[in-house]
Amino acid sequence: MQTKVRALALGAIMSVAGSAALAATECIAPANPGGGWDFTCRQIGKILYDIGQVDSPVQVTNMAGGGGGLAYSHVVNERGDDNNLIVAASQATATRLAQNAYAGLTADQVRFVGAIGADPGVIVVAADSPFMSLGDMVDAIKADPGSVAFGGGSAAGGFDHLKVLMVLKEAGFTDITKVKYIGLDGGGDAITQTIGGFTQGMTGDMSEIVGFLQSGEVRALAVLTEERVPGFEDIPTALEQGFDVVAVNWRGLYVPKGISDADFEAWGDRLQAVADSQAWQDAMVANGLAPFTKVGGDFQSWVDGVIADTVELSKEIGVIQ
Amino acid sequence: MELFSNLALGFSVALSPFTLFLAVAGCFLGTIIGALPGLGPSNGVAILIPLAFSLGLDATSALVLMTAVYYGAMYGGRISSILLNIPGDEPALMTTLDGYPMAKAGRAGDALVLSGFASFFGALFATIGLMLLAPLLSRIAYQFGPSEYFALYLLAFSTLGGIASKNQAKAALASCIGLGIAMIGLDNQTGMPRFTGGNLHLMDGVDFLVAIVGLFAVAEVFVFIESHGRESSIGVKLGKVTLPVRDLTKGIGTMLRSSVIGFIAGVLPGAGASLGSFLAYMGEKNVQGEKGGFGTGVPKGVMAPEAGNNAAAGGALVPMLTLGVPGSGTTAVLLALLLTLNITPGPTLFTDRPDVVWGLIASLLIANFVLLAMNVPMVKMFVHILSVPAWVLLPGVMMISFVGIYSLSGSYFDLLLMIFFGIIGWIFRKLDVPTVPIILGILLGNHMEDALRRAMILSDGDWRFLFGFRWHTPSSGYEFYSAIPSSLLVLAVAGFVAPIFLRRVIKKPQAVSD
Repeated sequence: MQTKVRALALGAIMSVAGSAALAATECIAPANPGGGWDFTCRQIGKILYDIGQVDSPVQVTNMAGGGGGLAYSHVVNERGDDNNLIVAASQATATRLAQNAYAGLTADQVRFVGAIGADPGVIVVAADSPFMSLGDMVDAIKADPGSVAFGGGSAAGGFDHLKVLMVLKEAGFTDITKVKYIGLDGGGDAITQTIGGFTQGMTGDMSEIVGFLQSGEVRALAVLTEERVPGFEDIPTALEQGFDVVAVNWRGLYVPKGISDADFEAWGDRLQAVADSQAWQDAMVANGLAPFTKVGGDFQSWVDGVIADTVELSKEIGVIQ
Repeated sequence: MELFSNLALGFSVALSPFTLFLAVAGCFLGTIIGALPGLGPSNGVAILIPLAFSLGLDATSALVLMTAVYYGAMYGGRISSILLNIPGDEPALMTTLDGYPMAKAGRAGDALVLSGFASFFGALFATIGLMLLAPLLSRIAYQFGPSEYFALYLLAFSTLGGIASKNQAKAALASCIGLGIAMIGLDNQTGMPRFTGGNLHLMDGVDFLVAIVGLFAVAEVFVFIESHGRESSIGVKLGKVTLPVRDLTKGIGTMLRSSVIGFIAGVLPGAGASLGSFLAYMGEKNVQGEKGGFGTGVPKGVMAPEAGNNAAAGGALVPMLTLGVPGSGTTAVLLALLLTLNITPGPTLFTDRPDVVWGLIASLLIANFVLLAMNVPMVKMFVHILSVPAWVLLPGVMMISFVGIYSLSGSYFDLLLMIFFGIIGWIFRKLDVPTVPIILGILLGNHMEDALRRAMILSDGDWRFLFGFRWHTPSSGYEFYSAIPSSLLVLAVAGFVAPIFLRRVIKKPQAVSD
């Protein structure tokens, strides 16, 4: 009965949208339209169709709830063997799985297909800030932890918060619970608060700051990648300033656990094809994404590693026991 | 004149037979989407994005279609507010207060025509504001920190007491219930779930659309069932549809004031159209005073919120285009659309992509005129909804509510929650407790709480920060960095206290003359 109702309702929506038949590939964006997951689904979905990897346009379903948890539980419990389903994922998915924020669901209940691009982590200050390097900022925090407040687009304990803490830990500052952090509604809000002088630093993703960098209203103190990001060569990495921290918000997909190995491989190949396409290269440049392609089994083990690291850091700051 | 050459560029992009066709189609679809309870502008735009891609539209055409749907939905929301007492979308909430009483008094046609003109006025005002001032206005956002936002939301709540009820205590109770419901879900500051009972569906809190549709539409059906179909308040009288020129000319001042308030609320990220229409209504209510008769079905009572929310819809495009910060749910969707089209809004958009910006502005102007032309003659058609008997109309409303809410998250849990709110709404109606403050509590409660807590984190719990004082250095002590929080707080106190005194002063002579 439940599936019947769903089919009816979906049919109603689709007939409004004038979209393709029910058999089309569905991409679940586990958030409302407008965010990173929505971008992943819409962009990858569009390219999959444009380069002929799927036969009909990919239907994007926004399933917001529980910071992605609702979609995760939907896939695990109700769509466990649907081989026409892909779900947008990012570092946030891994962080939340690590912090047990999906009501007991674990990372091994789906299969991670791959990541094809990453939004590099950045630490940004207003153009008129006295901090000229990451070192300046770290020194100020060491002298008086209350003097520097950070704004970011995630709640306390989220990835944006963790980025700052990773840098400070690396610098030998252990009292990380003293660091001031306020969670705002997205990176754009965090940046306006920093330009307005309400927070002294902004921690976020490269894509969130591109426009403000170009207009000269903010300066990036560091980018948290292994090498400088193409197109943004004048921003130094944290690594070259002596802080061994790499934190990128990868964009990728997961699929249900129960699909066959052949189907899993097929999704890996399709994702690789998207990664190799010119359209994706252009989209990455336009959105401040850095190349970051890991597909298939490699990616699964990499995600497992990231989750283990996040668990350790989260325990240290008391987000989880 | 740079402005005119820019506008010419915009119209050259946006004016072709095909884009005009898209604008008309978008306006029509938008009006219907806005009028359906549950389906608001943000869902409407989100649902239509796949259509834009499957049609293979280019950036400008897609934008024309989406903005036409956006503005169309903002116009359309008023229709069910006035005719059915069910807000078609959240910004249309305030329009029920005077619109529905007008319809009951046989002036449904007048209410629709006047609100249509007010929508046009507000939207046109906002589009012109966007055109002239956008890069300048984006700077306002830099002046608003946590204390400023907290004071702004406090201002909104302080005027709640006098709303939609003769009994201030009941209205205050209702807004506290709303604030309580807003607490449910993940805490934005710590990421910890509150009052969710471990239920994943409650992690993101209670969606205000679920609450609106439950409290208004479903409760209406319960009242209808209880009275065996005799007493439903939906049986409003059908009036003649004429052009109420006198009301219109008398309302120009109202529309202008409301447009200014709405536009400013729209420009502030996070405030949005609902706050815009709310502040416009409350502001105009104070301007008109007791004699204005707000809440009893007066023309100005429908013109103020409609001018306000349409101006806010235009204002919300300012931070979206110039900062990349969406001011409302719908602009978040439009932002997603722009990003997918490889256009990154931000401080440099006006110089980097003038074709997109001015094409958008031109299409807003076009959509606006199309909507005016469409909405005023179509009033006759809408009013015919009223001649449909309630036993046909209400099951239809119920069905649309279910489909609309299900399409939000695709979960049956929301449907159960909606029915629960329907029962609450029915009980409250029996107790004569107004439901509008509940919705506003849910809508604005989280924003207010977040602003307060951010302020407290930044100032280490120092309440003086809320008044615009900031700890500077040990030698200079506190620094008064901004007058905005204090001025807003003074307004809030005045807004709360003034009606109590004014009522005493004004009521007595009135009682004699009655």
